[in-house]
Amino acid sequence: MIDWSVHLPALQVIVPMLTAPLALLLRPRGLAWAAALAASLFAFAIAIMLTLGVLNGQTFTYQMGNWPAPYGIELGVDAFSALLLLVITGASALALLGGRRSLDADIEEERQPLFYAAWLLALAGLVGIPVAADAFNVFVFMEISSLASYVLIAGGRDRRALPAVFKYLIMGTIGATFYLIGVGLIYLMTGTLNLADMALRIQEVADQKPILVAAGFITIGLALKAAVFPLHVWLPNAYTHAPNVVTVFLGACATKVSLYLLLRFDFFVFQPNLVGHELQFSYFLMPLAVLAILIGSGVALFETNLKRLFAYSSVAQIGYILLGASLISAAGLTASVVLMFNHALAKGTLFLAITCLAMRHSGLHLNNIADAAKHMPWTMGAFVVAGFSLVGVPGTAGFISKWYLITAALEQGTIGIALIAVIVASSLMALVYVWRVIEPAYFGDAKPDAQDFETATTREAPSVLLAVTWVAALANIYYGLAPSLPVTLSSNAAEILLRYVP
Amino acid sequence: MDLLVLDLFHYWVFAVLLMIGFYAVIAKSNLIKKLIGLSIFQAAVFLLYITMGKVEGGTAPIIQAGIDNAVFSNPLPQVLILTAIVVGISTTALGLGIVVRIKEEYGSIEEHDIQEIDRR
Repeated sequence: MIDWSVHLPALQVIVPMLTAPLALLLRPRGLAWAAALAASLFAFAIAIMLTLGVLNGQTFTYQMGNWPAPYGIELGVDAFSALLLLVITGASALALLGGRRSLDADIEEERQPLFYAAWLLALAGLVGIPVAADAFNVFVFMEISSLASYVLIAGGRDRRALPAVFKYLIMGTIGATFYLIGVGLIYLMTGTLNLADMALRIQEVADQKPILVAAGFITIGLALKAAVFPLHVWLPNAYTHAPNVVTVFLGACATKVSLYLLLRFDFFVFQPNLVGHELQFSYFLMPLAVLAILIGSGVALFETNLKRLFAYSSVAQIGYILLGASLISAAGLTASVVLMFNHALAKGTLFLAITCLAMRHSGLHLNNIADAAKHMPWTMGAFVVAGFSLVGVPGTAGFISKWYLITAALEQGTIGIALIAVIVASSLMALVYVWRVIEPAYFGDAKPDAQDFETATTREAPSVLLAVTWVAALANIYYGLAPSLPVTLSSNAAEILLRYVP
Repeated sequence: MDLLVLDLFHYWVFAVLLMIGFYAVIAKSNLIKKLIGLSIFQAAVFLLYITMGKVEGGTAPIIQAGIDNAVFSNPLPQVLILTAIVVGISTTALGLGIVVRIKEEYGSIEEHDIQEIDRR
């Protein structure tokens, strides 16, 4: 009997990648969607198996084609990548499961197989990054996922998506090319592309300029991809004008994958070898993180388009994740990785609820959703849960991540107090911008005309979408009350990241 | 000084091309010109990789009968760059496709015009 669990890291990427051309061929309506959903669910199952294995202390390494590590292509899964895999595949499966009706409305029927093929390629690229243990393969997966997500974002009927996607394409390609320059310079100095091997060999040349330049290029390139302030300008419009279900998928995981790579590269390759790199890392990124938190939340306060409002809130949340990492401590990194998980939950649920709203309301403008809670009590209920999770109300997943972040900041002494002030201030801002949606929805005084009032009971979103939204909302509560899974994975991830830091 | 410049000639080519491409991406308003700039920008990086695989006096890495002490150039960067070139071509093609769609929807490929139309 062959032990299949050995092949799980490879299958994780291969299943969605091979289903993509298949989805292209499935012509009758709905089959392509079914194929994409099946592949996503399968990938989700693999991610769960990998996570269970990692929790049991197993580490997965996989030599492609049986070529040994520094020469062949290596895949590897540890606690950090397992957590990312769960988030990505889970977001894809939930978005596809609930989003069929919404996608039918957004995508023309004859283009649907193409759209789902692009979706699967985006999924394959996104899961490929946490799985790959080789700097160049990461670049290839990054570009597969980016190219596919440009197609996804531009796939809808909103023409404003096109300039937004063009901007995203330009900035994303510059980011990826910067990363490629950095990797090239390191390859020039060390002659290896395998991350583990690179970390060892870079020691001998760590004092040389090209390595420092490479660190700069890689950090900036990945920061561009991850929408770190002030390189986030592509994000709000791209998320706002994308089809709603695509926003659910990408909003939950796309930038986190780049952040994952940024942390992994920095902590694995540069921190142990470059003198004083941890100080440079935190001096450079901490102010950016604080600015992202304050400005992202501040802009969200004044936005009136629902999706753009929460896109700016994503900019702030990316700031939180970076803030945790820039503390360079076990507690800080744990907080940062827990945030990746919990923010994906909260933001995914929010965008799912927004998709529900979009099924019944023509414009996602704050003025248009007055009285929404009367027609769609369940949708707004899920929205409130996810909104509270975003703010960090106790009992929701968001509280756990804020708690860990504040505990980590407290360890830092005086500067920690200032950071806590920033976190508390921006949590209050988050409460305000979430409330700006809840207030008109529940207490808005839009006067429904007679026929609207009669059909009020039938105006709830499609039941499948609603069920998926509630599953996600309940997950927010579940992981708020029983956070052991993300917390265990995150503290293991922090341990792995800090293992080599002096 | 002259010698230093000549010794590092390939790096100068890389840096100058990189900057030309980057300038076009940032400064040009025409979307096609932006994409061409992006291509130049990427091509510069391809050249960086290609030059670093070259070994002084090395030949193509092909094993031939009768020759057993040949010096080979490193083939790996070429393999990598082949992949990266494919990625670059896909990006340019997709970008041009988006420009065509923008032209269909907005009737212009000038950034200012598009922003102006969206603002209305």
